[in-house]
Amino acid sequence: MPVDLLYFSWVREAIGMGGETLELPGDLVTVSDLIDWLAMRSEGHARAFAERARLRAAVDQVFVGLDAPLGRPHEVAIFPPVTGG
Amino acid sequence: MIRVLVRHEPIDPAAEFAALQASGVGGIATFLGVVRADDGVTTLELEHYPGGTEAALRRLVGEAVARWGLAAAAIVHRVGLMGPGDLVVFVGTAAAHRAAALESCAYLIDRLKTDAPFWKRETRGAEARWVEARETDSTAAARWQDS
Repeated sequence: MPVDLLYFSWVREAIGMGGETLELPGDLVTVSDLIDWLAMRSEGHARAFAERARLRAAVDQVFVGLDAPLGRPHEVAIFPPVTGG
Repeated sequence: MIRVLVRHEPIDPAAEFAALQASGVGGIATFLGVVRADDGVTTLELEHYPGGTEAALRRLVGEAVARWGLAAAAIVHRVGLMGPGDLVVFVGTAAAHRAAALESCAYLIDRLKTDAPFWKRETRGAEARWVEARETDSTAAARWQDS
């Protein structure tokens, strides 16, 4: 099933788009595995995902650590640490 | 009353306060976040995660209502382009007594800073940059875990 990937802030800018819908390979276990796989898609992806310590993620709108299991999500968002308020 | 709203339009703090006051309880606490006017910022742009932001804010408000037994709680957050002096966020809580109102209000703004998907981009003249998350914000949010 295709998954909606969403990018925000400078992650969005580096990749050059706010999101994409992709069919994911079946062997991705964690969010970090997904990021490894996405990083190979383009130079922009590689640049956006170069520094893991500066990345956060939400799976189906719930914040998770990058080592969290990916499961079978509908939507995964990848973004920098948040700065609201 | 629980009110969670993300909007482009300016925040009306009087209207938000009146909605909390209508709960009829004895204590109301509010926090208003303002675009700072003291360090050369000309514009502030706020990006967010539509859907994900509202879900995160509803979770936080739900936790606060359960933990402090609130009669009412509101988070209204502005997004888009703002200038110095504009209101960025209104947080308000209403409870029977002041301690619950004050503590839950501090809890909501502390947790919002680390757990709600907003990103600030500041412009100073011709130079724009994404605001970096601050360690002090993580520390402020973490203090609510133990108590």
